[in-house]
Order: sequence, then C-alpha cells, then structure tokens
Amino acid sequence: MATTYDAIVVGAGHNGLTCAAYLAKAGRKVLVLESRDSIGGATASEEIYPGFTFSTCSYVVSLLRPQIIRDLELSKHGLEIMPLDWTFSPFEDGTSLLRGPDAEMNRRNIARFSRKDAERYPLFGQAMSELGRMMKPIIESPIPEPSKLTPSTIFEALRLGKQFKGVGEEWLAANLKMMTMSAVDFLSEWFESERLIGPMSVSGIIGTFLGIRSPGTAYVLLHHYMGEIDGAFRAWGLQKGGTGGVAMAIARSAESLGVEIKTGCRVDKVLMTGSEARGVVLVNGDEYHAKAIVSGADPHRTFLGLIGEDRLDEDFVKQIKRFKMRGSSGKVNLALDSLPEFPGLDQESPALRADITIAPNIDFLERAYDDAKYGRFSREPFMDCVIPSLTDPSVAPPGKHVMSIFVQYAPYNLKEGPADWENQREAFGDAVINTLERFSPGIKDRILHRHVLTPWDLEKTYGLTEGNIFHGELSLEQLAFMRPAAGWARYKTPIEKFWLCGSGAHPGGGIMAAPGQLCANTMLKARAV
Amino acid sequence: MEGISIQRAARSADLNHFALAGDARKRYILTPMPIRSPFHDRVARYCTSFAWKDWAGYYAASHFGETHLPEYWAFRESCAITDITPLFKYEVKGKDAARLLSRMTVRGFEKLPVGRVAYTCWCDANGKVIDDGTVSRLGEAHFFITAAEPTLSWMSRLSRGFEVELLDVSERTGALSLQGPTSRDVLKQCTDANLDALKFFQTTSAKLDGAGVQISRTGYSGDLGYELWCNAEDALKVWDALMTVGRDYGIEPAGIEALDMVRIEAGFIMLGVDYYSAPHVTIDARRSSPYEIGLDHCVKLDRDSFMGQEALRAEAARGAEWKLVGVEADWLELERLYESYSLPPGLAPAACRDSVPLYLDGKFVGQVTSTVWSPLLKRYICLASVKAQYAALGTKLKLEHTALYERKTVTATVVERPFFEPERKRTP
Ligand SMILES: Cc1cc2nc3c(=O)[nH]c(=O)nc-3n(C[C@H](O)[C@H](O)[C@H](O)COP(=O)(O)OP(=O)(O)OC[C@H]3O[C@@H](n4cnc5c(N)ncnc54)[C@H](O)[C@@H]3O)c2cc1C
Repeated sequence: MATTYDAIVVGAGHNGLTCAAYLAKAGRKVLVLESRDSIGGATASEEIYPGFTFSTCSYVVSLLRPQIIRDLELSKHGLEIMPLDWTFSPFEDGTSLLRGPDAEMNRRNIARFSRKDAERYPLFGQAMSELGRMMKPIIESPIPEPSKLTPSTIFEALRLGKQFKGVGEEWLAANLKMMTMSAVDFLSEWFESERLIGPMSVSGIIGTFLGIRSPGTAYVLLHHYMGEIDGAFRAWGLQKGGTGGVAMAIARSAESLGVEIKTGCRVDKVLMTGSEARGVVLVNGDEYHAKAIVSGADPHRTFLGLIGEDRLDEDFVKQIKRFKMRGSSGKVNLALDSLPEFPGLDQESPALRADITIAPNIDFLERAYDDAKYGRFSREPFMDCVIPSLTDPSVAPPGKHVMSIFVQYAPYNLKEGPADWENQREAFGDAVINTLERFSPGIKDRILHRHVLTPWDLEKTYGLTEGNIFHGELSLEQLAFMRPAAGWARYKTPIEKFWLCGSGAHPGGGIMAAPGQLCANTMLKARAV
Repeated sequence: MEGISIQRAARSADLNHFALAGDARKRYILTPMPIRSPFHDRVARYCTSFAWKDWAGYYAASHFGETHLPEYWAFRESCAITDITPLFKYEVKGKDAARLLSRMTVRGFEKLPVGRVAYTCWCDANGKVIDDGTVSRLGEAHFFITAAEPTLSWMSRLSRGFEVELLDVSERTGALSLQGPTSRDVLKQCTDANLDALKFFQTTSAKLDGAGVQISRTGYSGDLGYELWCNAEDALKVWDALMTVGRDYGIEPAGIEALDMVRIEAGFIMLGVDYYSAPHVTIDARRSSPYEIGLDHCVKLDRDSFMGQEALRAEAARGAEWKLVGVEADWLELERLYESYSLPPGLAPAACRDSVPLYLDGKFVGQVTSTVWSPLLKRYICLASVKAQYAALGTKLKLEHTALYERKTVTATVVERPFFEPERKRTP
C-alpha cells in the first residue's frame, strides 16, 4: 500500500471523526474508514422520503462539549444548534403540562397539578445543575486510575476531587445517594404529582433496559441534565438541517486539518504483528497500515469482531461479553402533511416546538416496561417527540413537517428472537401511532410517510450491536472506571497500539464527542502517534 | 445622561409639530403615551408578553412571547417580521433632489441609479455625525430617506436655494422588516415583484394583496432580508397577507430585543447606543466622526462641497482618534472567572447596551458599547470604540466584567466585524 498513516480510525461516527480531527490538529496524518456510504453513524440526517430530511437516529443535541466546538471551530464548519427550550407533556384526560425557560410560567402550569411541586420545581433544577456542574470535570477528562475497581470507588474519588471541596458532608450524602436510587424514588423525594414525576423520570431510562423504578436510573437522569450545566449557553437543541449536520461539521473541520475520510469501506479485521496492531483489512481485501489503530465502533463489534476472541485474553472477553448492550429503543420518523394538534392548544403555542413527552404517569411507564421484560415491544410505549421543521423550515417542504419519535421499549431480543423484528416492524409502528393518536387525535391522517427503525434495524443499518443507542447501557456499573471494562477505561485496550474512541468508552453515549476527544488527547499524551 | 434628555425634548417638540399638522393631534393630546403604529392591532394580538417599549414615541414590542429567543432564531433560521414604522421617513422630490442629498450627507447621489439604495450618514459642519440611514432612489428626481431621528428641519435648512420638495411621510407610511433565510420565499408567494432579480441594496415597487408596496432588499439583521413600505391604510392588509403566507415558512413576529441581538452579530451600529447624535450632546468627547464609527466606506471626500467636508478632509489626513471595532471576550477566561465564585457563566442571553471600559496595562483605552452572547456563533461579542492605536485585528485588551459584585477583567481581542455574514445575504 502506498501511504502509511499515523493513525487509522475505524468508523466515521461523530466520535471517530472528533478523534481524527484532534489527532490531525496535532499534526498527525489520519485516515477514517467508514463502512456506510455516508458519515455520521447514529448522528445522521437522511432524506428517506423526498423533500423531508429526517434526523434518523439521534435528534437532540445537549451534551456536545463546548470546548470541542471551540477547538474544532465547529460553528465555522456548519454547526448551528437551535434551542429546544420547552417540554410538553400531554395527558390522557386532555390536560397537559408545559415547562420552559420562564420560571413563572412553570410555577403556574405545575401549580394546576400541585402547588407544592410548583414551589419545589426551581429548587430541583438548581440542585441538578449544581450536581451536574460538579460532574463536569469528570466528563471533561479521562477517568483517573483508581486503586480499587468498584463502583463505589468512583464516588470515593469524586468525594476527594477538587470539585467537591467546600461542599458540606450533608449535601454530599443527600445528593450522592441519588446515584443508586431509581428515578421514581429520587423524584418522589422532591415531588408529589405523577404528572411531573412521569415525564421527568423518563430521562432516567432512555437507552437502558431498565424501568423507571429500577435502581441506578436516577444517575442516568443526571447524565441527561448535564446538557444544562452551562445554562443558557448550551441548553438542549436541534441542529440546523438535522443531526447529521453535527457530524458533517466535525468532518469538515477534520478535512480542513488534513484528515482523509473514506466511505463505503467496511473494516473486516485489525491486522496484527504479535500483540501489536499495525493496520486493517477491509472486507474487499484492501489493506491500510498505520502506527496506531482507533476504533469508533462499539465495544462488542470492536473486540469480538475487529479483533476476535482468539486474540484476546479470556477474562477480558468475558468482561466485554458481560458489557450490556441489549438495545431497548426504536425510532419512528414521520413526514406530516400538516401540524399535529393536541387538545387545548392553538397552533401558535410553543408547546409544539417543545420536546413532546408521552409519559403520562408511572403506571403507563411501568406497563411499557413490563412488555419489554417478557420480550415484547410495549403495546403503549413511552415516546419522546420533536417537530424540528417548526424551528428549521429547511427540513420539510413549506407547510409540511417532520416528526421524530423516539420510542421505548423495543427490546432487541424479542421472545421470538431478534430476527423476528422483520415480521413485527410494522406492528411496532402501528403501536406507536395508535398510542400517539390518543394524545394527538388526527395524527394518523396527517402522515405522508412513516419510517420505522427497530433495534434490529439499528444494528443492521447503523452498526449498533443489539441496537443499543449508546454503545452499551449508561447504567452505573458500566460507567467511568468500568467503561467498557475494568482496567481499560482509558481508551487503551489490551492490544498494543489499538484504541477505543466511541461511545463505549468514558464518558459514554450521546452526541457529546468527549470520548473521541479524550481518546485523541490520551494517545497524544502517551506519544502513541 | 445629557444626551438622552435632550433627545426626548427634541422628540416631543417634534410630536407637537405633527399634532398641529393633523390627525396625530387627537392621539397625542388624548393619550400622553406612546402612539400606535398602523400595524398595532395585529402586533398587539401577538404580543402576549405585554412587553412594550417606547421607540420614537411609538409602541414597539420588546418581545412577543415568554422570551425573545424564538424570535432570534426566526431571524436566523426562518423569517422574522418586525414593525419598523417608528423610523423617520422622508421623501425628497424635484430637480435638485440628488444635489441636496449629496450636500447633506457624506456621499454623492448624482450617480446612484434609480432602483438602488445607499447607506449613508450625515454630519454637522464639524464633521460629527448627526444620524445614519438609507437613501433609496425611486426616480430620477425622487428619493426616499430613513432616519433614526427627526430630520425634516435639518433638511429644510440645508435646502435653501435648492429646487426640491421635502415631505415628511413618517406617519402615513407603514414599515415592516422581513428578515431571514425564508423571507424571499414568503414575499414571492404574495407579491408580483421579481425578487430573484432584486439584488442586495436594490428597491422595487410591487403589489401585495392589491396594495402598493415599496420593497427594498435591506435590513438590520445582516442576513437575507427585505424592508417593506406601504400606505398606513394598507398596513393591516399587508401584515395579514405576509403572516398567512409566512406560516408555512416559519414566520415569527419579532421584537426589539431579538433585533438588537442580530444587529450586533451583523456589526451594525445604533444611534444613541454606539454613538450619539452630535447636536444632542453637549461635549465633544461624546461626538463622533464617520471615521470613528466605522462608516469610512460611506465618506466620499472629493466632490462638491457637503456638510462637514473640510473637517472630514482634515481628519482623513490626520487619522481618526477613535475606531469602531469588533471585540470578542475570551470565553474560557470568563468561565474561569465565574468558576472562581463557584458560579456557572451568568450572562443574560440578550443584548446589552451598557458601556463597559476596555483597558490595556491598566490604562483606559476605550469602551464596548453593545454586547451580546451570540447563541448562533457561540461567542461573546461586542462592538467597541477604542483609541485608534489599539484597533488592529488581534490586539488583546482587557474588558471589565463583574461576575459577583467585584469588578474584574477578562481578555478581549479585536476581531473582524461583521461577526456574522452569510453568503445568502448578497447572493441572488
Ligand atoms: C435512535 C437513536 C436515538 C438517539 N437519540 C439521541 C439524542 O437525541 N441525543 C443524543 O445525544 N444522543 C442520542 N443517541 C445516541 C447517540 O446518537 C450516540 O451515542 C452517538 O451518536 C454515537 O456516536 P459514536 O461516534 O460513538 O458511534 P456511532 O455513531 O455508532 O459511529 C460508529 C461508526 O462506525 C461505523 N462502523 C462500525 N463498524 C465498522 C467497521 N467494521 N468498519 C467501518 N466502519 C464501521 C458505523 O457505521 C458508524 O458510522 C441516539 C441514538 C440512536 C440510535
């Protein structure tokens, strides 16, 4: 082969691209190989139906690190995040709750269900932001080497960390407790109305195969709150032209720094000499060589696929196999002929521009989880919807709209086996639409096109093992020191010169770009390239 | 603030003038409050915030909903519609119209083609800026002028000996600004104008739902956008037509707060904020020449005599004392400053018009006059006046900033202005 690279990154997901850009920024020659014909991985915009651009997988941007935006000059390269400030929760009796940036409006709206909750609500937000702020240094730096590898050491380390200096013991105890609690238990300590607890608890289960009453889901809640730590400067948002624009901006930045990106190149295996990685071979037999190989694919695909069990230590293989993927969510993207309606709302209401959460009460969510426990998709699933075309008309023809619906639960492992998703896909789509119809009467008749993604599709099309949206659950035992395996949480792997930079590495999934950045920085610091 | 009080006095004197002139009289006398623009009925319907401001004696919406941010995003992602009727509007007609404007303002108008708009400013005899605005040539001997301050008396004083007719059309003309990437699509759906042929800073007359309108491709947002002028009687019709069509293109009524954010991103100055009108202030330190407020490109020195020419010629030779520049505050430093108080960065997500000093080595070297955290650019940007020797791109200064009671500073670098200038602003 003609060129030798300093580094080859497998996968042009947003993390792979970020890693490549940082390496190139430090003067390294980098090649990115992507198996699909387009870049972005789970951060993609696709015109599935003519004239309508769907953010096929991920749809809201909240965690993207500001430092990365600055370092890679992403605004210059097309990053444009429009805020998603409101949360709208319709209920079955035709009432609804709208929460947003106006504190007085929140108080008024929540007070219709509970005056006490209305009073507590701003205090809760403050407590979560405070916790989030303390966590910030953790998601912005590689995890330190711990002495003992148990989840409790994570919090020991936190306790010692400088960010917790000056914080009262009592405060710490009260708040760190949340780490092991369920989302519902944690929220119930704050609030009394299910109309608040229901919609708020779902952040604790997104992307996990856990119920809102499962221990540990309170932490996931916080993970989703971290997007708000910088207040007005980096709240939740939608990328202009769809989420794919985020990956595109990173790719443009990477290319401007000299990175070469090749699509339609599926890597079959990592080439090794002894215990060292030295290149990759594509399924078509082409070989590429480099001083270091980085994988942006998930840990299962990376270690059990690109490397192979036979080349790895048995213990490590066990750990990777134990690393829970078990996808639990699907996605339905709709092209709509007109704006959906909800009882009691006029079309000017900001509610339609909100994050629309269908999670009316605790039982509803528990029932949805029950189905999943027995290998069925939820007959009445939890849904998180957005209508980006209201803020960004460029994603749909004039007057038409796109609606993105994140759906849970859709277990990868159906009772009949994952391949049976081929037979159940449309029934799953029907369950979603039928449920939505109850909250937004008439939505069925507005649908011009329906695009259903099951966990099986997420695996087949986007290369996400078992359809897990975060390259492995963000549950407590799979974070920080344990991500993806004890002893290997610093992007380095048991294979020499082979690194992991995707969401399966610390600090985890979501459009955050932190694993990619931290991996590159760790490699550079270790003089690995 | 001596500037402000004198401006107010001037304004009410001016209203009295109109009160004598006709039907404004009833309104003014019966309601000693801001008056209503011809769009008010519609604007008020959307203004659920009741957040009104006084703009040149008119009610102007600060923001319409809970916050101004959706309006800001409409400017940048879809289409924002703003009632700009409070601008002062004049027509100059007659054989000497071009000559008068060339005499009054800092550039010549004899060669401006019909259908073109020019941005300009006008000065007093000492070359200090009185106001800035646009001049459209509607016909060989017919011009249309916008201004932030009443200008009729100034124009008529200068017009002695010129064969011109001056008309104050401020009250009888309704004005709307339609700005943003889908603004052209909206207009295309409801007018007969050939908008693909209408270039940046051109103007055309058109029919909009049967009403005659003048459309110019201008605006205060630094983006693709248009300004529409119509008879006050047609105002509601025009508004309704735009809003009806606009719905499919994400149109949003937008207020002054959102407008202020985008105009700073676009690097545009504002009278009374980034500079003061020369006759309205009492000391020279508050007055500015065009060279000092970034309007160098407007000034055409070598032509027939015009107001302030000599002073400006001398200043051009000598070099201006002050310069208007773009400044960007170092975000990381700002974050650290807040962090030192255990606070997240606490900037308001709105434009700020307070002047704040800039230092170099502890010495005062200028002040920022307009500041905004740009949600689009993710930058904390300011317009500033600095002593000319500190105006070079890349110059690092210290900007005063108060995170918690104490006055501190953060690094602020002189950067290019405009901060935001999309291609679509100019492209066909
Ligand atoms: C349906 C869905 C909804 C989501 N919603 C949100 C959301 O709203 N907000 C949010 O923050 N996050 C969301 N997420 C999560 C987020 O999208 C992911 O965590 C993130 O995009 C993962 O990025 P990554 O770069 O780590 O990996 P990926 O995006 O998975 O990229 C990995 C890339 O590697 C490629 N690849 C794999 N194997 C090979 C091979 N052998 N050879 C070559 N290339 C290979 C893949 O094709 C892919 O492009 C969602 C995810 C999904 C699936």
